[in-house]
Amino acid sequence: MADVGILSFGAYVPRRRLQRSAIYAANSWFAPGLKGLAKGERAVGDWDEDSITMAVEAGRDALTGIDRATVGSLSLASTTLPYADRLNSGMVKEALTLSDNVAALDVTGSQRAGTSALRDALEAASGRKAPHLCLAAEMRKTCPASDLELTSGDAGAGLLVGTGDVVAKFLGTHSLTLDFVDHYRTPGMDYDYVYEARWIREEGHVALTARALKEGIAALGVDPASIDRFLVPISAKGVAATLAKKTGIAETAVADTLQTGLGEAGCAHGLVMLVAALEAARPGEKILLLGFGQGVDLILLETTDALARLAPRQGVVGALANGAKDENYMRWLVHRGLVDIDKGARAELDQRQPSTSLWRHRKAAMGLVGGRCTKTGTVQFPKSDVSVNPNSWTAHSQEDYPLAEIPARVLTVTADSLSYYPNPPLYYGMIDFDGGGRMTIEFADVAGEIEVGAEMRMVFRIKAVDEVRGMVKYFWKAAPAR
Amino acid sequence: MARGIKDKVAILGMGCSRFGERWDMDADNLVVEAFEEAIADAGIDVSQIDAAWLGVGFDAMNIGPSGLPLSIALRLPNIGVTKVENYCASGTESFRGAVYAVASGAADIALAVGVEKLKDTGYGGLPVRSRGTTLDMVGVTGSAPGNFAQVASAYRAAHNVSKDDLKRAIAHVSVKSHANGAKNPKAHLRKAVDMDTVLNAPMIAEPLGLYDCCGVSDGAAVAIVTTPEIARALGKKDLVTIKALQIAASNGWELQHAGGWNGSYFHPTRVAAQRAYDEAGITAPRDQLSLTEVHDCFSITELVTMEDLFLSDEGNAWRDVLNGDFDADGRIPCQIDGGLKCFGHPIGASGLRMIYENYLQLLGRAGDRQRKTPPSLALSHNLGGMPSQNVSAIAIVGLADA
Repeated sequence: MADVGILSFGAYVPRRRLQRSAIYAANSWFAPGLKGLAKGERAVGDWDEDSITMAVEAGRDALTGIDRATVGSLSLASTTLPYADRLNSGMVKEALTLSDNVAALDVTGSQRAGTSALRDALEAASGRKAPHLCLAAEMRKTCPASDLELTSGDAGAGLLVGTGDVVAKFLGTHSLTLDFVDHYRTPGMDYDYVYEARWIREEGHVALTARALKEGIAALGVDPASIDRFLVPISAKGVAATLAKKTGIAETAVADTLQTGLGEAGCAHGLVMLVAALEAARPGEKILLLGFGQGVDLILLETTDALARLAPRQGVVGALANGAKDENYMRWLVHRGLVDIDKGARAELDQRQPSTSLWRHRKAAMGLVGGRCTKTGTVQFPKSDVSVNPNSWTAHSQEDYPLAEIPARVLTVTADSLSYYPNPPLYYGMIDFDGGGRMTIEFADVAGEIEVGAEMRMVFRIKAVDEVRGMVKYFWKAAPAR
Repeated sequence: MARGIKDKVAILGMGCSRFGERWDMDADNLVVEAFEEAIADAGIDVSQIDAAWLGVGFDAMNIGPSGLPLSIALRLPNIGVTKVENYCASGTESFRGAVYAVASGAADIALAVGVEKLKDTGYGGLPVRSRGTTLDMVGVTGSAPGNFAQVASAYRAAHNVSKDDLKRAIAHVSVKSHANGAKNPKAHLRKAVDMDTVLNAPMIAEPLGLYDCCGVSDGAAVAIVTTPEIARALGKKDLVTIKALQIAASNGWELQHAGGWNGSYFHPTRVAAQRAYDEAGITAPRDQLSLTEVHDCFSITELVTMEDLFLSDEGNAWRDVLNGDFDADGRIPCQIDGGLKCFGHPIGASGLRMIYENYLQLLGRAGDRQRKTPPSLALSHNLGGMPSQNVSAIAIVGLADA
């Protein structure tokens, strides 16, 4: 029987890194006790990022070098899904231009959602015909001057789970479910209500988790000393080391929680840490991943020789290296809807999205799929009945032509300070795709000037938020290729 | 090519409201102001008008749909009144309707009206609006300066022009237009400005600063047209006739066809200009045209348009501009009335306002700003949309014997 496990992996961390010192500086008048957390930086999404867009980027990274038509199902784990009732993973499917025949599932409701989704995917893999794309992304809305504001970070991760030439073999899992209320959030609540940190640490992070580990290690029949990487996605200091000591896992196996340069990415954090571990691991290493949230998940994996053959990708290492320091705490509060600002009359433009036209144009609007004329080879976006080729009036000749993964170059550009834009100025311009296709598009993640000729890569982002009807609208933007 | 309309239609009368922040007026009041001047100039009675066209750009801020608001404002005698909209070229579009009606023989006397009440939007610049549900999903809702600034980046790249050189050249465009507008009692902005003021103004859309953008105004303009025979029968001696009237529309090639258009010019303007010159029998525009009024919504638009009208060599307009070629005393003055820069751009009115100035200049009626060398042929260029997708309208008018 073929091995079950992880076939591929990827991650996404937003480019902006808010300095924790800036958060502390603004809040120290009220909460001087936060000083101990005011070191390093946390990843923050731009105004146009959320758990869906981060999941899409993580998914793209995970599918590097993989034929997307082979994916059979996907899941998106997050406690910060933009839609309470509209399949969030379904939007990710459209953006990733996966087959219409995939099964899709949103997984939510606990900080353990990410590891639980991965556990289920691994356990189900042997019964599935095609690989499952297991995605997790989190952008927690945190109350200003809270611990969570400083310790959280925005990120996403993706793991392709299946059978065959796996890079990490699934060795087993163990779970414990107990209604341990360290925090909660009911619908309508803006922020988590968090209980006392000392109790959470002593009774939850340490006692409950140690019990799960002891039971799990026994059930899995693994020698704790043989574990090479012990992944505990809990940012509270020293938790992982304490657990290692209590359970016989080597201290050197304890993985970095990525707290210094990223922060804790909620229910996605375990998968983010797993991707980071897989990037660093050599073949034949045992990885024990833990998930915590009203209980515990344990997932045991062992890397294989296939790991060394995996195509290069951004991963956590690449994403963390591609950061930009940000001191602007106020801008971030505005982007996360925590402070209202006077947006001006130009923000009053009302653009209702008819479901009818979104349905007709879903491939273009969500997947950046254009058209290629089967007679002349002319590529265009969006598709139309009559080809744009001026030398040949050709009708009804276009086939789908996905553009999202094709590099493009800037033809025209401006920085528009007049348009309403949540992160002014609005950079946009015209781009030409390598091999054909041209469009006017917003630019994202701009730092400094963008010159004509600059190489761009497409990124999936929020296009606009219809605040009257509560609709988040998505589309693609062009970001400098880095 | 079609035979064209050269000299088949004459301007019987024109009128233009004062442009500006007309807080005290609705669109129909502005129409009446321009119409009273035009009908007095024409020397006819309202009952003699056979058909009318109304050009308006923005429905919501103005007078609502249909030709009815014009029919009601002027109490026209139940004639056919058609409202036209073709982006910022709506003014010339209304003129085209009236001129074609006369040229076809369907009407003896026709009326073209353009009006816009931009100052009811509550903010500077043009109103933001939908461009259709599909484009709202996959397009960019940039501002007008943002859209036109795009051409500056591509122009610099295509012709290897430094940032500073282009910025100075477009600043000269605005300094020149302000100097001209200062002499025009109907202009909105009547203050001369110097280079430093223009260069140091706040950035609106890189590289366009505040003074690279035209004003935002209310205004109306009116033309009454007829056949040369009827004009003469009505006692007109010095006739201004239509030499050419061309509109060219983008078909998506610039916006969608990779590797084609390079972003640095206005493709439909080149097409419309060549057709207009052919229609007017103009073979050497640099020698034959006396004046131009072009669509200087932004300084960069005017600069690039000099090349698109074949009045500057490609890649050289920035030098010609700095050389003063298009100043009021230059080789072919551009915006001798102050242009959109000083009039502002009440969309529906602008195309007709340009023709109004050319008409006055041709008849020697332009007062302080009258071109010294008596003009014989004058071109107006009215552009709607954005560099990558636009409607370009060109009207050439001239003395009947030119």
